[in-house]
Amino acid sequence: MANITYIESNGQTTTIHLNDGWSLMQGATANGIDGIVGECGGSCACATCHCYVDEARLGDLPEASAGELDMLENVAAERKPNSRLACQIKATVALEGLIIRLPETQE
Amino acid sequence: MSTPLQAEDSVIIIGAGQAGVQTAEALRTLGFAGAIHLLVDEPHAPYHRPPLSKAWLAGEMDAAQLVMRSPEVLARKSIRLRTDCSVQAIDRAAKTVALADGSQLSYTGLVLATGSTPRTLSALNLPGADAKGVLALRSLDDASAISAHMATCVEKSLGVVVIGGGFIGLEVAATARKKGLTVTVLEAAPRLLGRVLAPVLSDWYAALHRSHGVNLVLDARVAAIEVDATGAVSAVRMADGSAVPAGLVVVGIGVNANDQLAAAAGLACERGIVVDACGRTSDSAIVAAGDCTARRVADGTLLRLESVQNATEQGKSAAAALMGQDRPFTATPWFWSDQYDKKLQMAGLSMGADAWAVRGNMAGDLATASFTVFHFQGSKLLAADSINASKDHLAVRKLLDAGQSPTAQQVADPAVELASLIAK
Repeated sequence: MANITYIESNGQTTTIHLNDGWSLMQGATANGIDGIVGECGGSCACATCHCYVDEARLGDLPEASAGELDMLENVAAERKPNSRLACQIKATVALEGLIIRLPETQE
Repeated sequence: MSTPLQAEDSVIIIGAGQAGVQTAEALRTLGFAGAIHLLVDEPHAPYHRPPLSKAWLAGEMDAAQLVMRSPEVLARKSIRLRTDCSVQAIDRAAKTVALADGSQLSYTGLVLATGSTPRTLSALNLPGADAKGVLALRSLDDASAISAHMATCVEKSLGVVVIGGGFIGLEVAATARKKGLTVTVLEAAPRLLGRVLAPVLSDWYAALHRSHGVNLVLDARVAAIEVDATGAVSAVRMADGSAVPAGLVVVGIGVNANDQLAAAAGLACERGIVVDACGRTSDSAIVAAGDCTARRVADGTLLRLESVQNATEQGKSAAAALMGQDRPFTATPWFWSDQYDKKLQMAGLSMGADAWAVRGNMAGDLATASFTVFHFQGSKLLAADSINASKDHLAVRKLLDAGQSPTAQQVADPAVELASLIAK
C-alpha cells in the first residue's frame, strides 16, 4: 500500500491511500480526481491517464513497457521525460509518499 | 435542441455506463448548472466494463477497482445517481419518464444511454438455450456469474464452451485458458472475427488460440444445449451428432441495441436509436449516446459502433447538443482487444476492403509478434489492425484523421516511419 499525492493543474492537491495492486489511475478516478480520465478502464489503450511523476522517485517505479512508451507518444499534453500512464503504475510500499502532477488536458 | 439548457432546467440520463457518465460530466464541464438525474437499472455505481472479460474475470482485480465513479464523486458534481431504477416509458409530449416504482420524473433534456443486450441462443430457438450455466457477458453481474461457474469448472474439471468467435468470446476463452480450463470455441463462420479482420489476421488469431490450447472449431453447427437432471448444461450437441462436454457455455454472438424505450416513444429507430453526428434524435429535446445508437454518417448510411470511444465521443456530443452546440463525432473509430499477451488495436473501419498489406513480423514467432495489417479499398487506406504495435496504431489514427492515404508499398516498408507519412 502507498499514500499517493495527486496535484492537479489548478494546484488542487489530494492524497489518497491505495491498497497494493491498485493502479494510480484507479485511485484517481474512484476518488473523483478529474485530471485523470482513464477512458479504457486501465488497459493501456487510450492514453487519458497521463501523469508526471516526481523525478526524484522515477527510479522507484517499474520501467514503462514498450506498449506504454508507444501510447505516451499520443498524450494530449506535453510529453516529458517523467511522463507515465497512471494505469500502468500499481501501488506498492516502494511508492509511499509519491507525488504525481497531472497535465492540463488528457484529450 | 432549439433553446440551450438553462440553470433551472433538468436533465434525465437513462443508463450509467460509459456513455451516460460521460454525458453527465460533459454537461457539467460545459457549464450546465441544473439538475442531472443519472438513472441505471443495475444495482451498481458506474463501473468499467472492458476489464470484465479480461483482468477482472482472471481474478487480477477486485470489484472496487472497476468503479468508474463512486456515488460520492458523482454527488460532488451534483449528479444524482439512482441505482436499481428502471424506466418504463417516455412521454415526449409531457416531457416525463415513468419509473418502475410508479413515480414520474420531468425533464427539459433527455439522454438515452441505454446500452445493448447480448443476443441469446433462445432467440435462435436452440433447444436447451435457457439451461443453467448458459451465460452471456455484458454486466458485472453477468461476469460474476461466469466467474462463479468457472470456479466450479476448475473444481470439477469441467470444460468451458464459448459459442461465438467474436471479441467477447475470444477474450473469455483466453481468460479461461489462463485459469487452466479446457476451452472449446465454436464459431459458425469459416474464420474468426470475420466481419472486422482481414482474412490473414483471422488465421493468425486461430493459430494464437490453438497455440494456447483452445479447441477451436470453425464452420461450427450447434444443434442443441444438452441439459442434466438439475437443469444445468452438460454438453453442447453439434449438428453432426458429436457432443462437447461443458460445465459452462458462454454465448458471445453479438448484441442488440436497447432501443425499445425510444421506439415505443415514437423516436426514429433502425437497429438502434437513429442519431446524427451530434447525438440528436428525431426529437429535439432528446439525445442518445453509446451502444444504443445508430449514427447517420456522411454517406447517409447508419453506423453502429460498440466501443468505449463511441460511448465517450457520443456522450460529449450529446451533452453539447443539449447545450445548443454542434460537436460532431467525426474522429477515426478505434477499438482494442486484449487476448493472452497480445493487444489488438484497430483504427478505422475495414468494411469494403479489397486489398491488404502487412508491416512487421506477422509470419514470425507468435511469442514476439508485433505487426500491423492495413486494409485498402483500391489505393485508399481504410483501416489498420495492430498487434502489439501501438506506435503503428497511433500513426494510422493520425493518418486517417487527416484523410491521408499512404500506399501499400510505403506502409509495408519497415524503413519508412509511418509517422513521417503524416503531412504536417
